[in-house]
Amino acid sequence: MNTEQLNRLNAEYAAAIDDDRLEQWPNFFEADCLYKITSAENLRDGNEAGIVYADSRAMLADRVLALRRANIYERQTYRHIVGTPRVTGPDTAETPFLVVRTMRDGRMDLFVAGRYRDRLRNDGGTLTFRERFVICDSSHFDTLVAIPL
Amino acid sequence: MDQISAVSWPKGLSQVPFHVYQDPELLHQEQRLLFEGPVWNYLCLETEIPNPGDWRTTFVGRMPVVVVRTETGAVAAFENRCVHRGALICLDNAGNSKDFTCVYHAWRYDLSGNLKSIAFRKGVNGKGGMPDDFRAEDHATRKLRIETISGLVFGTFSGATPALEAFIGPEVAAALRINASRKLQVIGRFTEVLPNNWKLYAENVRDSYHASLLHVFFATFRINRLSQGGGINVSPNGGCALSTTLAPTDAADTSYSDIRSVDDSLRLSDPSTLDAENEHGDAVRQQILSIFPSFAMQRTYNVMAIRQFIPRGVDKTDLNWVYLGYAGDTPTLRRRRLKQLNLAGPAGFVSMEDGCIGNFVERGSVAAPDGVSLLEMGGAGTESQESRASETAIRGFWKMWRGIMGQ
Repeated sequence: MNTEQLNRLNAEYAAAIDDDRLEQWPNFFEADCLYKITSAENLRDGNEAGIVYADSRAMLADRVLALRRANIYERQTYRHIVGTPRVTGPDTAETPFLVVRTMRDGRMDLFVAGRYRDRLRNDGGTLTFRERFVICDSSHFDTLVAIPL
Repeated sequence: MDQISAVSWPKGLSQVPFHVYQDPELLHQEQRLLFEGPVWNYLCLETEIPNPGDWRTTFVGRMPVVVVRTETGAVAAFENRCVHRGALICLDNAGNSKDFTCVYHAWRYDLSGNLKSIAFRKGVNGKGGMPDDFRAEDHATRKLRIETISGLVFGTFSGATPALEAFIGPEVAAALRINASRKLQVIGRFTEVLPNNWKLYAENVRDSYHASLLHVFFATFRINRLSQGGGINVSPNGGCALSTTLAPTDAADTSYSDIRSVDDSLRLSDPSTLDAENEHGDAVRQQILSIFPSFAMQRTYNVMAIRQFIPRGVDKTDLNWVYLGYAGDTPTLRRRRLKQLNLAGPAGFVSMEDGCIGNFVERGSVAAPDGVSLLEMGGAGTESQESRASETAIRGFWKMWRGIMGQ
């Protein structure tokens, strides 16, 4: 696992979300993955709960289904700016990110700053997530978090 | 925005003029009359401050407050404002201290908020210092009277506030006891910054009518439909309520046949998300309880969560979520909670919609300060009702709000 492979993975991951190809988003994960959105403070305090908590790829697919067919929220898009990954172990990495959110009325805000803490599976150079913890620097979120981070 | 201080109300409790959500002057009046008045403000959980010297900071309306466990094991709370120049005394969310010292000029307070010492009180080399007749004991912080129920700490500034249990009513008290029947443990804390007046959220938690109409998840997966059993209890003062939804029966339910929120073709790929244990041996599927002015607690399947809503401005509210489990949860039950919490909070399949709906009202009614919100479902009163197709608890909120605000 090297930085170039991680960069490629993060770029494809961000593009799938930002280009509204959300149906492809679960494919970046293993079938028995763990995806969680939490905050630095909750991590420090040992609080297990996230605002999103999925322990299977199927749960990620259900979230996309809910966003497409069930949930009410205003039209919005994200722009992920993903920083340089830091390899922290044989199968782990941390990568900082920013997300700018643009609402349907044109309002644009810096929505979330944080870091991804990942555990990866390397299948002949193709990386998938066993675990992706989205650790937001703040525990505050403006209105709602609909689209995944 | 123009200030509209003379609020004119239609007769009865079934109509609310939109300017009560819009008038900046009302926020100041609410601070003085309501939040600092005859109400019980939620402050924290006892389990968050277990040891002497443990403290947390929170808010009573817009007022910053410190809640602390004192040397005797009692809970005290006081305004987080130095009596000298008004700076915050505590700067963090939580901590443990022997006493409190203001960073500005080192005025020092004991754990109960009494001023104990003043730096350079006698000056330096006999010059400067405080006047001889200055008495520290004349300058305590503003203190709240505290009551606790089921591990929850509430405070009030008014001597006229009735005892907590009388204030919340017997049904809300009974529901709290079930929620706190085991030792509570905080498992997550998040804040949703809501772009709307705090009262729109206070109404939303009392609005049993909307839940299965706005929220597809509730209706489609039969977590909460109006056709399920249950009911709504309103406290005698109107301000507190308990809305209960019982498990559905096996009978076919066609009452939602033309309604957007039921989508029978929707299926979860991983249905374990909604696998629940019957923790309390009852038929309750969902329960939302609310305590005037700004506290709600929910139990949905195995989800337990507190919601505290703090006004930040006339059109801005911090919604603080505290996710709860029990200290003795089995790993299986804990995982169920973590998965079912996908329903709650800022990204919740259900709660994200409550996060945006108040702002839809703000924007829809911006040019209609004299227009009214209609609250006529279930009659015109504030009594407890068997049907949740009712706005009785919202009318109850306004009954209490108007009584306290003199409107």
